[in-house]
Amino acid sequence: MHGEVISIEGLSFAYQGSEVLRDITCAVKTGDYVGIVGPNGSGKSTLIRCILGLNRPVNGSISLFGVPQNSFQEWKRIGYLPQGLQLFNPNFPATVAEVVKLGLLSGKKAPKRFDHVDSAAVDRIMELMGIIAIKNKLIGELSGGLRQRALLARALVNDPDLLILDEPTTALDPETRESFYQVIKDLNRTKNTTVLLVTHDTATVGLYASRLLYLDKRIIYYGSFEDFCTSLEMTEIFGGHAQHLICRRH
Amino acid sequence: MQFTDILQYAFLQRAIIAGTLIAMLCSVLGVFLVLRRLSLIGDGLAHVTFGSVAMALLFSVSSVYTTIAAIPFVLLSAIGILKIAEKARIYGDAAIGIVSSLGIATGILLASLAGGFNVDLFSYLFGNILSISRTELIVAVVLFVVVLMTVGFFFNELFAITFDEELAVTSGIRVERINWILVLLTALTVVLAMKVVGIMLISALLILPAVAALQLARGFKAAIFLSVAFGVVSVLGGIFFSFIVNLPTGATIIIINFILFAITFALRKIRG
Repeated sequence: MHGEVISIEGLSFAYQGSEVLRDITCAVKTGDYVGIVGPNGSGKSTLIRCILGLNRPVNGSISLFGVPQNSFQEWKRIGYLPQGLQLFNPNFPATVAEVVKLGLLSGKKAPKRFDHVDSAAVDRIMELMGIIAIKNKLIGELSGGLRQRALLARALVNDPDLLILDEPTTALDPETRESFYQVIKDLNRTKNTTVLLVTHDTATVGLYASRLLYLDKRIIYYGSFEDFCTSLEMTEIFGGHAQHLICRRH
Repeated sequence: MQFTDILQYAFLQRAIIAGTLIAMLCSVLGVFLVLRRLSLIGDGLAHVTFGSVAMALLFSVSSVYTTIAAIPFVLLSAIGILKIAEKARIYGDAAIGIVSSLGIATGILLASLAGGFNVDLFSYLFGNILSISRTELIVAVVLFVVVLMTVGFFFNELFAITFDEELAVTSGIRVERINWILVLLTALTVVLAMKVVGIMLISALLILPAVAALQLARGFKAAIFLSVAFGVVSVLGGIFFSFIVNLPTGATIIIINFILFAITFALRKIRG
């Protein structure tokens, strides 16, 4: 099934009078793995934030699973790993298990209560992510890689249909980064989970993503990775040599 | 004097019950406020109670009604803090500063109109838990049940917005509504706490048990339970110690609270 998971029409966003996104129109289908790339300040994270309702667009519309964003309720279907959490309070007194369990709140109606089934789901995802042994450790005591795994487990605990990752591997060493992306790729392949990955790492995004969205306030390129390799617009931006290097790594 | 003899005094029994309940509320809410960097909201709202107490004294309102009359003022001020921060696009601490200074200024003007600072006003400024009446105790019990049940009902939402507001939004939590609930519950608790430690020291009762708990806690629920334990121990210890050696109760409670914080801080350093 290839329904539209995200549909964006004529989206524009401005912050304090300066334009951040201009007339964005695109759609993401079930099972797509979209890498969102572009220079600093190109609006990558802003686009994600608009999709999630964290920023209010000036113009345009967004639909999630066929429902207008502002009336979307099925948050259980979306797993989100934001960029900013790398700056969160390292002394926050929450265990890994408590943080992962928070992810289950999106599937609950008020009063949002947990039960023993939830504890089993939390244990299952921690087992899958290889963090069950550290379930009682404080989140702030973990290394960057383990913390990201814990936060990814939080995003995945509801078995979401759409996973949105905003620069998830910044400050991780190459080995941890590799294993992190492998987990995401496996989910995309085995469960057909739709993935939206914001990254500044244009050189390696093709290793994982099947589609590429190159953003610089507006969409410069959106299409398959194969087409990207022959795109003249991309040749103009990257230069033929760099484009060739990126594509050779695919 | 035997320990059991002390417990036979009705005013001490009331102080122990009211003090324990209010310490529990302050300790629970304190963890959320400290982690959300809203620690000083208690201070700001306490200063508003000063204004409302001065007004009540100006109109010669009785003690219990002074407490009840403070509730709408403090709730409105709590709403004012949130609205000023939102509409004037300023940080929460500046909004707290505006409302806090307005409360103090109003209090000073009204106290001056009432003929200056008198004994009643000082008992609110510095606390007088031993003078809690039976009616005030009933008000404390009712508000305790209301605040604690509300915290229990929204506990997971409060935890979620404390951990990360944006993640909470993407979990379908109405963050603004939960923020309002937290601030309004704090406002009610501040009104209750003014008789325990006094307007000047309320924020310490919100902050110190929480920060002491955060030194040792190995989880969020653990932080809440430890905070409650520290809050209750300091209030009960403060009541007994101040009664025995004839010291001001509110200040003694806060000093014991600080000592507990210093001990937990040292333990954390030793533990590494």
